[in-house]
Amino acid sequence: MRGSLLNVENLRVVFYTYRGVIKALNGVRLWLNEEERLAVVGETGCGKSVTALSIMRLIEPPGEITTGKVEFLGQDLLSLSEEEMEKVRGKSISMIFQEPVAALNPVFKVGFQIAEAIAHSQNISIKDAYQLVPEALTMVGLDWKRTMNLYAHELSGGMAQRVMIAMALAVKPKLLIADEPTSALDVTIQAQILELLDDLVKVSKNAVIFITHDLAVASEFCDRVAVMYAGNVVEVAKSDEIFAHPLHPYTVGLIDSIPLVGQRKELKGIPGVVPDLVDPPSGCRFHPRCQRAFGRCKVELPDLIEVSENHFVACHLYAAGDRNGSVAES
Amino acid sequence: MAALLKVEGLKKYFEIRKSLFSRPIYVKAVNDVSFEIQKGSIFAVVGESGSGKSTLGRTVIKLIEPTSGKILYDGHDITQIEKKDFLEFRRRMQIVQQDPYNSLHPRKLVKDIVGEGLKIHFKMRSDEIYVRIKEILELVGMREEHMFRYPHEFSGGQRQRIAIARALVLRPEFLVLDEPTSALDVSVQARVLTLLKELREKFGLTYMFITHNLAVVDHMATHVAVMYLGKIMEMGSKEDIFERAAHPYTKALLDSIPSFGTGRRIRSIPRGEIPNPANPPSGCVFHTRCTQAVEMCKVEEPKLVEVSPGHFCRCHFCG
Repeated sequence: MRGSLLNVENLRVVFYTYRGVIKALNGVRLWLNEEERLAVVGETGCGKSVTALSIMRLIEPPGEITTGKVEFLGQDLLSLSEEEMEKVRGKSISMIFQEPVAALNPVFKVGFQIAEAIAHSQNISIKDAYQLVPEALTMVGLDWKRTMNLYAHELSGGMAQRVMIAMALAVKPKLLIADEPTSALDVTIQAQILELLDDLVKVSKNAVIFITHDLAVASEFCDRVAVMYAGNVVEVAKSDEIFAHPLHPYTVGLIDSIPLVGQRKELKGIPGVVPDLVDPPSGCRFHPRCQRAFGRCKVELPDLIEVSENHFVACHLYAAGDRNGSVAES
Repeated sequence: MAALLKVEGLKKYFEIRKSLFSRPIYVKAVNDVSFEIQKGSIFAVVGESGSGKSTLGRTVIKLIEPTSGKILYDGHDITQIEKKDFLEFRRRMQIVQQDPYNSLHPRKLVKDIVGEGLKIHFKMRSDEIYVRIKEILELVGMREEHMFRYPHEFSGGQRQRIAIARALVLRPEFLVLDEPTSALDVSVQARVLTLLKELREKFGLTYMFITHNLAVVDHMATHVAVMYLGKIMEMGSKEDIFERAAHPYTKALLDSIPSFGTGRRIRSIPRGEIPNPANPPSGCVFHTRCTQAVEMCKVEEPKLVEVSPGHFCRCHFCG
């Protein structure tokens, strides 16, 4: 399966630490079409943020991208020089972060920071870019006269995230990467930000990679969901499909763990703990915690295969085209 | 059922000064709160940041002194009890804090963290203490060998189990759970919540469960209080809150929860931001964000009225 905008293939990232080499990404594969919204979902340490940073080539030592391809509009971003990459970042691809107040520069006023981003992307002077700042701030529902002259510490979390969104979308990117944009916010503010982002993206028609640990947020906001576990993409499907018919044992466990309003169910949870990626389990990295694991899981890493239309899973239980998972029983 | 904890007119104000000589401003973190917790129930306190829910949790077990008000625990007004006589109540009321990465002493072994309370409250021989610690750790799903490790050797979920063991080793009756699973991943949260439910049944515990997550409340609670800027806006049984919510803020909170696998819904999201608790709005504190607010809401503060037996609401229009 290939996407028309972005194709990430066999991406491997390691971090060199005094404890040993952390194998953070273990051959990640993702694809994204233009105007599509993809959620990357997973728990702490599964590599979802590292994936986003790798696409932007923001992995710095002690981290290293060892192999893989990040093909964006037919161009492999990993083979570009740093100058060429500068033209992609903040122009074709922009990013918003989890801690919006910390992501803004504390010593410059908000207006200047937005102007700087616009100036960089459109090759115009800062002075000309300033003319476009009010429009950007109004777009995200802020009072531009007041907000322009504020510093980051004077903003609340919700306002700061609006400023970040203004900055990210003012450059009219092809792709917006949102790394847990609402996780640090209260539920009512989260709902406001999600609605704002939804409205803006409908108009600007850019693609979105939405990184979150919250499956409910992912299902509401995105067309497609990719579930990650310990450095691998384990399942990819349309949002409604993945929640109605999860296939990978990890996805099933994850969905069974989420308490939902108005649903009586027993929360099962997943036994065991997330593996240490200095010394990850052999074969499928989920096998020590998987109740359906069998011999092959311990030795061979499963490929991401299409088991039904647009539903991909990396699990030995499912042979291509078979979604009943009958391999283990036979 | 008898009330185990009864709180009347509880206030906790924090004083802040811009400079040494300026007039103090008071942050009314808990502002005239009254409620009852029945024995054996799980009383959930929900609210967004700055609502005063954590301050309330700490004040009812007197980890911080209240500014005024009564706290009746099992019939005794604990605000009037001298510090030296308070030890017995301290044993009966315990707390589990939000962040298991900061709430455990980094330089103490697990056995010392869990056993410290035993040394203070009971005259026990060290071999007896050892057996008690071992028992309680096994009860929360840890093993004997974990006693001789340090907190940093454990994952978040395991640390929270240690914190629960530390609270339970004293055989308390009442537990304040202050966001016990907010720092954990969902698959871990699920197992900690299940453990807390099992422990409640086993020991007949009463919980005050503080959280911002309404789905967790629906899963755990028997009674719910919704707080906003230091006040209880609505209170009642779980069914009152989730099926018959009367207050616009409660409805907005319920509407703000992302739904799951059902596509997008029409929501009524409250506009604007949470006001600064040091300078709350006049009248009804929610009027700045309420979609139904009228002139009266800006001047007159609504009272907490009983709309049906046991179901209270603080709104001019909920009668």
